[in-house]
Amino acid sequence: MSTGTAVQSSPALSAFVGRAAGHGSVLAERGIPTRRVEAWRYTPLRAFTETVWNEASALSDHDVQSLLDALALPEAESRAVFANGQEAASQTRLSENLVRSQGEAVDPLEDRFSAILNAALRQDGLSIRVPAGVAAGTLVLVSLTSGNAISTHLRHQIVLEDGASLTVFDVNAGDGRYVTNPRFDIVVGKGAQLNHVKLQREGANAGHLALVYASVDANGNYDSFTLNQGSELARHEVVATLTQAHAQVHVNGIQIVDGTRLNDLTSMIHHAAPDCGSRQTVKTVLSESGQGVFQGKILVDRVAQKTDGYQMNQALLLSEKAQINSKPELEIYADDVKCSHGATVGALDDEQLFYLRSRGVPEAEARIILVQAFLLDALDLVTDETLRDVLIRSITA
Amino acid sequence: MNDFLKIQGLEARIDADGTPKEILKGIDLEIPKGEIHAIMGPNGSGKSTLSYVLSGRDDYEVTGGSATFKGQDLLALDPEERAALGVFLAFQSPVELPGVNNANFLRTAVNAVRRARGEDELDAVAFLKAVRAETKRLSMSDEMLKRAVNVGFSGGEKKRNEVLQMRLLQPSFAILDETDSGLDIDALRIVADGVNSLRGPDFSALVITHHQRLLDYIVPDRVHVMAKGKIIYSGGPEVAKTLEKQGYTQFLEAAA
Repeated sequence: MSTGTAVQSSPALSAFVGRAAGHGSVLAERGIPTRRVEAWRYTPLRAFTETVWNEASALSDHDVQSLLDALALPEAESRAVFANGQEAASQTRLSENLVRSQGEAVDPLEDRFSAILNAALRQDGLSIRVPAGVAAGTLVLVSLTSGNAISTHLRHQIVLEDGASLTVFDVNAGDGRYVTNPRFDIVVGKGAQLNHVKLQREGANAGHLALVYASVDANGNYDSFTLNQGSELARHEVVATLTQAHAQVHVNGIQIVDGTRLNDLTSMIHHAAPDCGSRQTVKTVLSESGQGVFQGKILVDRVAQKTDGYQMNQALLLSEKAQINSKPELEIYADDVKCSHGATVGALDDEQLFYLRSRGVPEAEARIILVQAFLLDALDLVTDETLRDVLIRSITA
Repeated sequence: MNDFLKIQGLEARIDADGTPKEILKGIDLEIPKGEIHAIMGPNGSGKSTLSYVLSGRDDYEVTGGSATFKGQDLLALDPEERAALGVFLAFQSPVELPGVNNANFLRTAVNAVRRARGEDELDAVAFLKAVRAETKRLSMSDEMLKRAVNVGFSGGEKKRNEVLQMRLLQPSFAILDETDSGLDIDALRIVADGVNSLRGPDFSALVITHHQRLLDYIVPDRVHVMAKGKIIYSGGPEVAKTLEKQGYTQFLEAAA
């Protein structure tokens, strides 16, 4: 398959294909998308194509420890740590409720660049399953990266059997100029509940191309919240399929961009069964020359009657040079559905700012109060109070 | 003699869709320490503009004159610096802050002002105690502390919330911009009581109103009549009664 876009040769592409050995043919054929590819129109990868991205070498225990210490992670039942693409076994401890499994070997035919890149260069991530009916608490899954001109391509698999529950706190951090390209394959069984809370605070010069595939069975719930706050360029992409009746998917998030950074939240929610619901609330705060992207597609199959889909994205522009690109897309083949989407873009309200200042609140503090107020209803969607507090601290620090 | 509030020849304008519009055209006003003055005047005379200029709203451009407060150039200060110095504006239309909890807002404001005044911040318990005493006095429910600032408040609740802020911030100079508008008689009494309770040698106020009614409850030391951006007449509390009976015409004619 070809999209008709000429493959641009670049040092990055040659390096990736070289490293992929026998698995790089699709990548070589498809190349790194340019802005002429619709899905990447607002998220140019150009700045990353001139670098030869090498395989990362392992970090010392000492380096891993100091990176971990800087994160002040919450206590949890389980923790798994990956450093420069390899599991840091001495830092990982899984509760007995998480059972290691063999990673699924077959790749679905996918034309998303983040998937193609991950398929070519995949590294073993965490593959676990939660047995039926087990409430497995919280797993803190940490991906640390340190170095320059390196890239990692972890593949994680999380399977919740029927009636199981798990909260995953997915933390991404590091320093240097690197690319991370994690992929999650998530299966939520009947009546199971997976809360996926992500903190993306990669280094300020990093690229982060994450992709989550989630499949949700009857009465199951994949409830995700992503705080996109780091990287020079970051895309968090979710492809979720509601496969049986009364499944639920939430793809919520907050993006905070400053400098010349770009954060992108892209989703495709596929309603393939009746009576399912999906919810998306994404708020973006942009300052300086920051850029934000929201692309949200809801696809409703003909069989998916009584679908209830909701999508709202709101941006707060704190600078005239900041930019938000928002692309909602509804593709509906059923005739009895309720789908809505909305988008707003605004600035801080001068009257509100003056009101606070007239009460003695210094301007900088007043601005923070109003930005937090803007984010409040999105943050409220993080049901785990401990993790919500971690995210709030990340935003206010 | 008076180094409290001194306004001389104050001129200000606003940008109205690209063309500057003069609103204050030379205000002269002195309010000594411990006095309450009222300003009355027809709509569009510049009363609210005066309150905004004194409290530091930057949509207005001061084009002439001066305003000093406690010997400082008031107009050179940021709004938060004026608040710390003791200036408080009770808004005609209190601003709604969705997503900002009222109790947190009050505590943030109180502690910001205390910090700026070199006082210790109040911890959560001390603050709650202080705020409870005030809400009781103002017949406000605790429920109003839990809601977002002014969101879903009735007109009367918003005005009480303004008086609550004033009581907590303990200003030495309060400007009440039509605080009586939209209040029924009971609410009016409560609001007036809140102001009167601050009355003393270290508290001054400028009460802006359309109606004499409020001045029955907050009896002013002086009443100024404002029209077309100037103060055209000043007198004692009896001026309010004259205005109520005879309207602005005679003052306007006398000034012409």
